[in-house]
Amino acid sequence: MNSSLERARKIRTGGVYAFFIIGSIIMIFPFVWMFLTSFKTVEESMIVPPTILPQSWQIKNFTDAMASLPFFSLYKNTILMIIWRVVCAVAFSSMAGYAFAKLNFKGKNILFSLVLIQMMLPSQIFITPQYQMLAKVGLTNTIFALVFPGLVSAFGTFFLRQSYMGIPDEIAEAAYLDGCNQWQTFYKVMAPLTTASMAALAVFTAVFAYGDLMWPLIVNTDLKMMTLSSGLATLRGQFSTNFPVMMAGSLLAMIPMVVLYLFFQKQFIEGVAMTGGK
Amino acid sequence: MVKASKHAKSESMWAYIMVAPTIIGLLALNIYPLIDTIKLSFSKTLPFGLYELKGIQNYVQMFASPEFWRANMNTIYFCVLTVPIGIFLSLVVAVMLNTKIKGQTAFRAIFFLPMVVAPAAVAMVWKWMFNTEYGIINTILAHKVNWITDANIVMITCAIVAIWSAIGYDAVLLLSGLQNISKSYYEAASLDGATKMQQFFHITLPMVSPTLFVVLIMRLMASIKVYDLIYMMIEESNPALTSAQSLMYLFYRESYVTGNRGLGSSVVIWTVALIGLVTVVQFVGQKKWVNYEV
Repeated sequence: MNSSLERARKIRTGGVYAFFIIGSIIMIFPFVWMFLTSFKTVEESMIVPPTILPQSWQIKNFTDAMASLPFFSLYKNTILMIIWRVVCAVAFSSMAGYAFAKLNFKGKNILFSLVLIQMMLPSQIFITPQYQMLAKVGLTNTIFALVFPGLVSAFGTFFLRQSYMGIPDEIAEAAYLDGCNQWQTFYKVMAPLTTASMAALAVFTAVFAYGDLMWPLIVNTDLKMMTLSSGLATLRGQFSTNFPVMMAGSLLAMIPMVVLYLFFQKQFIEGVAMTGGK
Repeated sequence: MVKASKHAKSESMWAYIMVAPTIIGLLALNIYPLIDTIKLSFSKTLPFGLYELKGIQNYVQMFASPEFWRANMNTIYFCVLTVPIGIFLSLVVAVMLNTKIKGQTAFRAIFFLPMVVAPAAVAMVWKWMFNTEYGIINTILAHKVNWITDANIVMITCAIVAIWSAIGYDAVLLLSGLQNISKSYYEAASLDGATKMQQFFHITLPMVSPTLFVVLIMRLMASIKVYDLIYMMIEESNPALTSAQSLMYLFYRESYVTGNRGLGSSVVIWTVALIGLVTVVQFVGQKKWVNYEV
């Protein structure tokens, strides 16, 4: 009896492992194939059946990709866009989230309904007027244009409001009685208590800004002002049949975020799980 | 008393200062553009970025366009292909991740990996693997399937990539729902002799249904808005473009390739209405299967 139960459990554990090993291969293989292809010559990439390892490891695809796309500018633009969007989202959403959660003021519900309206609507509904506003003042093809739709974050406001609501009022009252004014209570006492939520919002904002394609494609058409995502879209147009170069370009575009992910894997996953549902 | 009212005054002053950046931003970046998009959808697009209010012309043109109806069908087809299978697979992964096994965190990280890779890069490698002549998938299948260019298959190809991309994200959300289920339910059920299958259907599924509902709504909305993946997989010159063009792809092409932003805006408004309708249906339907009792 006992040994048959034991056996059933072993079989089940074996099944779970088999599932995960097959699943992991399916999840990782595309990246392995991207890596291997990026070192092959075009001729080698067209051999049927394909070679697994490159016959000789070519770095020409990487130099070709870097010759047709200004990768250093793309990295720089993407990093600046992400930093600004994260800083704006975290700073402004913290302030507004705190006020909506903890302070009393007239018109609070009406103002908060603006936040909810924005959250419920897909971003594409704002794109054309946002683009036209920038075009009118000649600010397309700038870093500011990349950051523009992310200057404030309705989702961030909503999310941080939730986490401020989870902090007892007594803490703010104690700080106030200790002589802090409203700003000091917020900045020195309350905000530090939401560090985990701020980090989650930062990760969420960064991951989505990095992957965003439509906005950078529309607003920054100058090759030097593109992001990694929109740059890749351009590379696709230039090398439509040269897959090794496209794999090299994709690899260059994905490496920074994947490296960050390897180091901060737990924060990434927990950050996204916390903000989940958006 | 005097002090209390002074306190209240300073409190509301600080509140206005603190919400000001967000509210000003929302008004300028979202509320004004929202109104402007609605206005544009009723306007004729003139050269030099000018518009003229023209009534419902854009909508008439949109509803008369076969390409628009095709885009609707494509979008719905994409949702039908991705949402049920994607959520089922995510739930399976989440349940597996919730078992006590070694390497659980590593497996979770692997499934989550596509989330941190830009969809543009993801689409590129899949396009290469699905290549008809030299792609590894056709080599393995020993068949020359036109994954990207066959009008009947292209949407299935996009759906496979979409499911593969989202599975880890949805599984992580579902996993946090699973972890909130108290172990005592399972212990009680085991004592009563319930099998693992019975436990799954009578404890796990009802208890995780609120999270499942959130993931379903989110995934459905994201699928209706699908754009980047299809844009990267299917270029302008692809003969199967009209069979894969989603509503948001149509919006992009109409507004920024053809340059008819008025018509493009009508497409967005229509899509938002569609999302609203689907969400309402979901919220009504949830009463039948989502369990909020703890």
